[in-house]
Amino acid sequence: MTESAPGDCPGTDIDPFSDEFLADPFPHLAELRDLGEVFYLRKYRVWGVARHSEVTAVLQNPAVFSNAAGVGYSNLKTEEPWRAPSLILEVDPPVHTTTRGILTRILSPRALRDLQERFADEADRLVDRLVAAETFDAVTDLAQAYILKVFPDSLGLPPNDRDNLLTYGGITFDSLGPRNERFEAAMGRAEHIRQWVADNCARHALTPDGFGAKIFEAADAGVVSEDEAGLLVRSFLTAGVDTTVSALGFAIRRFAEHPDQWEMLRQDPSLARSAFDEVVRIDSPVIGFFRTTTTEAVLGSTTIPADQKVLVFFSAANRDPDRWNNPDEFDITRRTAGHTGFGAGIHGCAGQMVARLETEALLTALAKRVSRWELAGPPTAALNNTLRALASLPVRAHQFATHRVVPATA
Amino acid sequence: MPKVTFLHNDGTEDVVDTDPGTSLMQAAMLGGVAGIVAECGGSMMCATCHVYVSEDWMEKVGGRSEMEEDMLESTAEPCRPNSRLSCQISVSEDLDGLIVETPRTQL
Repeated sequence: MTESAPGDCPGTDIDPFSDEFLADPFPHLAELRDLGEVFYLRKYRVWGVARHSEVTAVLQNPAVFSNAAGVGYSNLKTEEPWRAPSLILEVDPPVHTTTRGILTRILSPRALRDLQERFADEADRLVDRLVAAETFDAVTDLAQAYILKVFPDSLGLPPNDRDNLLTYGGITFDSLGPRNERFEAAMGRAEHIRQWVADNCARHALTPDGFGAKIFEAADAGVVSEDEAGLLVRSFLTAGVDTTVSALGFAIRRFAEHPDQWEMLRQDPSLARSAFDEVVRIDSPVIGFFRTTTTEAVLGSTTIPADQKVLVFFSAANRDPDRWNNPDEFDITRRTAGHTGFGAGIHGCAGQMVARLETEALLTALAKRVSRWELAGPPTAALNNTLRALASLPVRAHQFATHRVVPATA
Repeated sequence: MPKVTFLHNDGTEDVVDTDPGTSLMQAAMLGGVAGIVAECGGSMMCATCHVYVSEDWMEKVGGRSEMEEDMLESTAEPCRPNSRLSCQISVSEDLDGLIVETPRTQL
């Protein structure tokens, strides 16, 4: 990459992959928004956008801001990737149009209707057990336990060693950053997990009724090859576990900090859906993804040359005061449409309706049983190059006196 | 600025000024139109920005893509020949005066 002379584009030494940034990105994101429509991250020699209007403009223009060179820092066209590129996220039309069509059909609201009851049953079972214990970790015991059950079940994955999914997701999201210590550590774990992932994405490993089997039906119909179907199944593993776990962890922390909002949800559990989107907006599990310019690109008064990486800060757009009233305020009744927590445009998260269904079931189960949340210890953060998440969140879930569930005696 | 009218089931209407180039769904969101949910924000995953295009405007609005056809099977209210996802309609000067109906429910 040449040492671009960014003209009058503002430059900054903010390092979005440093521990300090990742531990609390929001003050830095505000600074990035204030810099201008476009800015230049000097340390990495990449461009960035952080305002809602520019973030959206970039995401809505995939012909100029391409995904085919990868959504991470490294350029997949010039550097050897550690794994085969994703056939849905790291491609442009027309390849993308084909694979996205397969996923759109499998993950449409109509196709998901049957899952609602299954998710609700699992949520009820888990929440009954946790509420009886009263004190638990909302990340490991609740969010991870729930998602590692319902999501791989829907996909049709075998029940064993599902913790590997968390390891794999962590590696993938770290690998979207520059080659820093986190990246290298992730690569150290990658070798061991790669075979497990490949084995579990194969046709014979999957149950006949899940999303995975439906993808292989597309292979049978000749829409994609057998290998491509395996890669599409892999995309579910990468995208569908850590992200939702992260959002659920943040959701419980928000409700512990805002008992008035929890009370509102208890009174009207139909707010569970908008509450989840509000968490995805304000806590933005995915900090941002890169795009790569296919040609000279004009954004506002800045011209970005061709073949340049542009870091698109979803998390910053989600708190842009020019787009949102009181953006730092958690309000589960907010109209959140237009947030970029799931990205936007043709690459907007394909699994977002699954995530909404999963979290709606869990928040509804909790709202029926938990009168209020109390932090039982300090939350700890899990630092990752791309994904924001809590590592642990010890909580005490207070029950309604009339609905008290007593632990079964041995 | 093209004006678009959203007719609602309860007899009320919203008239919204739109920016050419934006989608009808975005115009509805920015204009605070009730009756359009748009959960997925325009990624064509949710089918909650469903509208019925007034018959006179069908030709100018244009046809559906294959993917939109698939997604219209997921709408909460029945899909009709004039059903569209408003996130897939790009507003232009040609559509000044467009009238669409919102369904009774989107969820």
